[in-house]
Amino acid sequence: MENNFKKDAHVRWHDMGGRHAENLTFTEHDFELWEKRVDALMVLASNKGYFTVDGLRRVLEDMGEHAFDEMTYYERWMASINQNLIEAGAYNLQELGEKMAEVAQRGKTYGDCNISVIE
Amino acid sequence: MKVRIKNIFPPGHVRTPSYLRGKVGEIERDLGYFRNPEQLAYDLPAKKIKLYRIRFAMSEIWGDEIESSADTVDAEIYEHWIQKD
Repeated sequence: MENNFKKDAHVRWHDMGGRHAENLTFTEHDFELWEKRVDALMVLASNKGYFTVDGLRRVLEDMGEHAFDEMTYYERWMASINQNLIEAGAYNLQELGEKMAEVAQRGKTYGDCNISVIE
Repeated sequence: MKVRIKNIFPPGHVRTPSYLRGKVGEIERDLGYFRNPEQLAYDLPAKKIKLYRIRFAMSEIWGDEIESSADTVDAEIYEHWIQKD
């Protein structure tokens, strides 16, 4: 019987149904504050009509298998949300770059950021 | 009604798992109309199309590897992926 579910060149990397799983990790962990914010950002951006969960998934898939190995779940979400927001015109790269530099100036931790806000 | 899932592999965002492509199943129910996610994914105007729940015999998908011949799997498949068998 010919099965096309095996890892063939024409089956995209994320289309994993039917493949034998390697060792899975079942440890539980809580979410970091920034991860909750990324999740909230997805809700805000889709409610605003910038893009849908379909666009989120499209970019995640296009990022390729190495992103799955090298980035965490919400790191990939962050990259995909940003890509979709750029495509939707929510902000441009110039604005993004300047904002990232401004935020970096606040400090490396949430604690540092809070102190600079109080001042 | 028996239907066959199209055995095509377009390299973009699609909603039909590869393990079902080329396989024959039975329409279990009509789920109504939904905007085509394969157009929404690219921020294109997406018209509403039919979504079906289709039931496949596990043997149709996995052949001799199945544990029970009574087992089935249901999948929700958009109309443009379906052809009459």
